[in-house]
Amino acid sequence: MFSEWKFTAKEIAEKPDLFLSGHRACAGCAPATVLRLIMKAVRGPTIVTNATGCMEVVSSIYPYTSWAVPWIHTAFENAAANASGIESALKILKKKGKIKHEHVDVIALAGDGGTYDIGIQALSGAVERGHDFLYVLYDNEAYMNTGIQRSGGTPFGASTTTSPAGTVIPGKLQNKKPIADIMVAHEIPYVATASPFYWRDLITKARKGIEVDGPAFLHVFAPCPRGWRSDPAKSIELSRLAVETCIFPLWEAINGEYQLSTPSKVLALAPQKKKPVREYLKLQGRFRHLFTPKFEKLTEEIQRITDERWQRLLRKCGMT
Amino acid sequence: MTSQEKNWKEISPAGVCWKSSIQFLTGDWKTYTPVRDLEKCTRCLLCVLFCPDGAIHWKPEKGDIEFDLNFCKGCGICANECPVNAIEMRLE
Amino acid sequence: MQSVIKQEILALNGDEAVALAVKQSDVDVVAAYPITPQTIMVERFSEYVANGEVETEFVCTESEHSALTACLTASVTGARAFTASASAGLALMHEILFVTSGCRAPVVMAIANRALSAPLNIHCDHSDTMAQRDSGWIQIYVENAQEAYDSVIQAFKIAENPKVLLPVIVGLDGFTLSHTLENVKVLPDNIVRKFIGTRQLPFVMTHEGKRALFKLDPENSMSMGPIALQNYYFEFKRQQEEAMKNALEVIPQVNEEYAQISGRHYGDGLLEPYHLEDAEIATVCLGSTAGTVKTVVDELRSEGVKAGLLRLRTFRPLPVEGIIRYLQKVKAVGIMDRSMSFGGHGGPAFHEIRHTLYDIQNRPYIVNYIYGLGGRDTSPSQIHRIYENLQKIVRTDHVEHLINYVGLRE
Repeated sequence: MFSEWKFTAKEIAEKPDLFLSGHRACAGCAPATVLRLIMKAVRGPTIVTNATGCMEVVSSIYPYTSWAVPWIHTAFENAAANASGIESALKILKKKGKIKHEHVDVIALAGDGGTYDIGIQALSGAVERGHDFLYVLYDNEAYMNTGIQRSGGTPFGASTTTSPAGTVIPGKLQNKKPIADIMVAHEIPYVATASPFYWRDLITKARKGIEVDGPAFLHVFAPCPRGWRSDPAKSIELSRLAVETCIFPLWEAINGEYQLSTPSKVLALAPQKKKPVREYLKLQGRFRHLFTPKFEKLTEEIQRITDERWQRLLRKCGMT
Repeated sequence: MTSQEKNWKEISPAGVCWKSSIQFLTGDWKTYTPVRDLEKCTRCLLCVLFCPDGAIHWKPEKGDIEFDLNFCKGCGICANECPVNAIEMRLE
Repeated sequence: MQSVIKQEILALNGDEAVALAVKQSDVDVVAAYPITPQTIMVERFSEYVANGEVETEFVCTESEHSALTACLTASVTGARAFTASASAGLALMHEILFVTSGCRAPVVMAIANRALSAPLNIHCDHSDTMAQRDSGWIQIYVENAQEAYDSVIQAFKIAENPKVLLPVIVGLDGFTLSHTLENVKVLPDNIVRKFIGTRQLPFVMTHEGKRALFKLDPENSMSMGPIALQNYYFEFKRQQEEAMKNALEVIPQVNEEYAQISGRHYGDGLLEPYHLEDAEIATVCLGSTAGTVKTVVDELRSEGVKAGLLRLRTFRPLPVEGIIRYLQKVKAVGIMDRSMSFGGHGGPAFHEIRHTLYDIQNRPYIVNYIYGLGGRDTSPSQIHRIYENLQKIVRTDHVEHLINYVGLRE
């Protein structure tokens, strides 16, 4: 099913960037790191399509482009439909002998708003139809491009501009939607979660998603210092802490079979290494109100939600 | 609008982009500049991989890395992630 | 000059005629979502796919929004793409209509014209396409199933012309045309293919200053659909306007070339005049209503009334010169609108034609007749009354009601 692609940091560093410097992402933008790394996983001719969002805007301010591959953006809610059209065209044009490439890979990129919320219909439809493409969700947990509004991917307790922490309401009251599980439920061949600190795991999973026949979904955790009110230098550190606290565990589901990826598996085997969520929360201004006496209890609630989800995942992975 | 910007008859249709962003320098955004301790640096290349701006290049011919300050936005991820604390962010 | 090709006559309804035209046009990708009264188009086409009669990727999307999106991206990947919809489906595509024309993707779409909700109504009027007037699509309204067939074939050739490179809507009246059997003359497959030719792609400049085909192609890292701000957006919009102007030349050319092989032409492709040479009173209408109006004009002519009709076949781009040429000597013109512009000053065709005639000397009286909403039947006697009304205006030099509702219980 997958090639045995092994690589060193040097080899990755030597591969030319396909997501180029000169993009206008904020300093410390983890989604930019995520795209750079994912584009290192490309195996050959590739077309990329992007939903409206931060990464689209920062990379295509006319007349500049940060894409060294053919790339298209059309709208917000339709990245998966873009991919459907491209993949269908490639398939038939190949059949009719109108394109010479043996195979062209298709990657769709979208943020959490473009995936959890407005794009879920197009995504669900595209994977049901079985188009052969990799869908990458770079999840910075709010509508950052429009100014940090809450999305279905925003976690419980986070303060955003449309779920502000007030004197009565402590930020977002709803849980983060389990989007990757929803994609597994579509019975597609490959679903995985990844985090840029674990760069090797991320690149490997992106490559697997590209290689697999049929739809693949890669959910990548992508800290946003602007929206999370965190130190730009700590974006990658936060992507590590999210895994170490089990807020964002790393796993794959190959043909629906869940398995933990090494960074999370280590925690399953040695639970004492699992860090308390407070270590992750305290680095972010969006959770600042949870460290005031009034709302302090909510960090326990977040710990409880996290533990519950982690246990459920362990059961799916047959690790309980 | 500058005189270099083309008129509607000259530009390609539909906003097909025609300049690579490597011609758009973002280095002047930064407040802090990374300074590397060459003795400490192990050339592990983690900074190359993690840099959101592709501003740190691995130069195989030199066996060393190079910062491209034309693009570095001074975020400090390289310094934060360096396993041997070889990078320091200094106020420009 | 080519001679007219011998053609088979088939009994087809409008939807089937469209499906057949698409089948013959060597379309690479069809992406569609079902909606009454368009469904027969996609049903017939999926039968062609199921029976291996076409080499087409048929994508049954989960919404019209995705259907048009997929056509758009397939088109810019170099494919010939087609979709079909109606009413609410077209409304759901609204956002992507602009993106498609803005990306200069020559997608062809058939619309079985239908009323918009609420209240829900599945029958014909032109509210759906009129609401998309400013979306940058060429709009052709057909009179019968034969013209639906002919126009879809022509639409690919118009859309893909590098001077145009715009998407085209072919509108056929829901049920009246979509579901009504007619004898349709059908060209042989090879003639249709030859007429349209292969998908044309213009050359553009890439990032590296290379001349490259205008498509998503791994050979050239072209970026499409960027963000263009205050410094560039306006220029791209001006280009679209120029493409529409070019279409005013290309549509008549295609109409003429098609006439040479088929023996059929629709006026000059933009406007079809009927007894306008010496007409004193005339109506302007779009779509199937023209058939009824022509019958009425014939009757009036036999009674010695100098009545005429101008059928507006192409609504976008608006054939301004032709409208002036045909109507400047008429004394009173009734503009028939099968949709409303609530709170505006009459229906959309009325707005545009009255505005077009504003600058001519001795302009005619121009009045509006709004009719047939939600599929309400419009009878020959009602059209007779429109002409009587126009005669009265000429006789009395007085317009009693500028905006009239035909067939409405008042």
